[in-house]
Amino acid sequence: MKSDHIKFLVFALLVLLAPLPLAGGYLTNVLIFVGINGMLALGLNLLLGYAGQISLGQAAFFGLGAYGSGVLTTLYAMNPWLAMLLVAVCVSIFAFAIGFPVLRLKGHYLAMATLGVGIIVHIAFNETIELTGGPSGLSGIPNLTIGGFSFDSDLKNYYLVWGFALVAILLCLNLVNSRVGRGLRAIHDSEVAARVMGVNARLMKVQVFTLSAFISAIAGSLYCHVMTFISPSSFGFHFSVELLTMVVIGGLGSVYGSFLGAILLTLLPEMLRTFEDYDIIVYGLLLVSMTIYMPGGLVGLPALFRRLLPARGSQHA
Amino acid sequence: MEFLNQTTQYLISGLATGAIYALIGLSFAIIFNSTGIINFAQGEFVMLGGVLTIFSINVLHLPLLVAIAVAVAGTTVVGLVFERTAIRPLKNATPLALIIITIGASILIRGLVMLFWGKDTQALPAFSGNDPISLAGATLLPQHIWIFGVTLLVIAGNRFFFYHTISGKAMRACSFNRRAANLVGISVGRMVLFSFVISAALGSLAGVIIAPLTLTSYDVGIMLGLKGFCAAIMGGMGSGFATVLGGIILGILESLGAGLISSGYKDAIAFFILLLILFIRPQGLFKKGETERV
Repeated sequence: MKSDHIKFLVFALLVLLAPLPLAGGYLTNVLIFVGINGMLALGLNLLLGYAGQISLGQAAFFGLGAYGSGVLTTLYAMNPWLAMLLVAVCVSIFAFAIGFPVLRLKGHYLAMATLGVGIIVHIAFNETIELTGGPSGLSGIPNLTIGGFSFDSDLKNYYLVWGFALVAILLCLNLVNSRVGRGLRAIHDSEVAARVMGVNARLMKVQVFTLSAFISAIAGSLYCHVMTFISPSSFGFHFSVELLTMVVIGGLGSVYGSFLGAILLTLLPEMLRTFEDYDIIVYGLLLVSMTIYMPGGLVGLPALFRRLLPARGSQHA
Repeated sequence: MEFLNQTTQYLISGLATGAIYALIGLSFAIIFNSTGIINFAQGEFVMLGGVLTIFSINVLHLPLLVAIAVAVAGTTVVGLVFERTAIRPLKNATPLALIIITIGASILIRGLVMLFWGKDTQALPAFSGNDPISLAGATLLPQHIWIFGVTLLVIAGNRFFFYHTISGKAMRACSFNRRAANLVGISVGRMVLFSFVISAALGSLAGVIIAPLTLTSYDVGIMLGLKGFCAAIMGGMGSGFATVLGGIILGILESLGAGLISSGYKDAIAFFILLLILFIRPQGLFKKGETERV
């Protein structure tokens, strides 16, 4: 447990110091999105990496969070913090309600059902034009403020987003090391066995689904206040797959792995500007090859080396 | 009278798209039955059918029928390579890994097509002109007749293959019980490969015959694939008549919904039906047996 605390403190320190050498430049802006994507990947990882339940509709919760906050603060001039809380609670209730029928399904059927939910929500963003502005998007969303202090620069937003991200990490670390976390892993290994051991598998799956929706909705609210403009194209199937790629690359069942995946997948397209739309080829290759050859993700790399190196040594001997 | 004519029109176009969904649904079911995999890259086979045909006509200047043959053969090769490189190496993969792999393959195929042929939507000329045929106050396009004809042929061929040839019977044996099939000397590995080949061919054929009606581009595969899956779910993942019926019901509901309610929500209708069936009757609309799909 103690090394866990040290790990978290080191990570938090890195997060605090990271923007200093960048001096508020362009990369600070990119790092804000690393934080948001990391939170989303973390939410998905709880579900996929720990409980072994796939969701291809995470972008829907993210989008509901963003549009909820966006619409409430622009059209109804609600306090952004209140809106964020209200929206996160509503999205959680929505996730909890659909969680029961959806998570009764397994494997491919679960994937298809969550995908269906994601696409329906995405269509709704496009079609409810009076509320969301439809395909042309919703603009003029205010920045978040505390008293007279407005989060209006990249640096301020960086600390805002990463503050939330660190809280989410702490929460998830505590969760996965608790009785609930062990229950989730038991469900991952064998749902029947977990139930026999007294884990209320059905409720627990829905609860973790709800939690991941809650985190995604908060990330969505943050996203809309940082961007001040949102459009449906950010919340489609493509983005759900991108999140899936982050989790698979970073490492299934690893809290920090989610952020590692988020860093990679957010920075990669920024650095390879020439790639532009062709980044999906890279995602595809990564998804297939990582799943086949490195199911532990990047986080599993040291363990993989440890396993491979002695074997090679003994061959030489 | 106006309303009636309109409804007939919606029925006709619904029947045509429904036939396409049925074909795609069958191609899903064939792989599912021999491997237990839902191939998320199925829609890309459909897309490849259309895109490769247009490529063969416009760039290679082949006549239509040869172009179609080239497209179907090309897609079949993709299916074959896909099975060999991504599915076969993972003998005991979890469903989760297979889902991720097939999704990865699907966006990889989509990305490569975008790289080679660009993002433009392209139209395939109709197989035999665009002169509409008047039918009960509605119009029927010659392409509709092509779709109905090809679908009927495929269903008949499918039936013949699975019930009257050794290979077809062997594949059905694999879907009932892989181990038993293996024990009586059926090469399960080969049957799995076969199923990918047949499925890719079927999917691409569906893509070819719908292309003149709907235009085609690198990203049409997602929606068509998902709706085909919906048809297959309605039919209980069987590779027979139930799936065809599922596709046709879906096509007609979608067409009526788009015409009478709202065209913007057309795609949502299919997914709403999909969710409803997964929640209420995951064993399919017409099956009585309580088989848990796990």
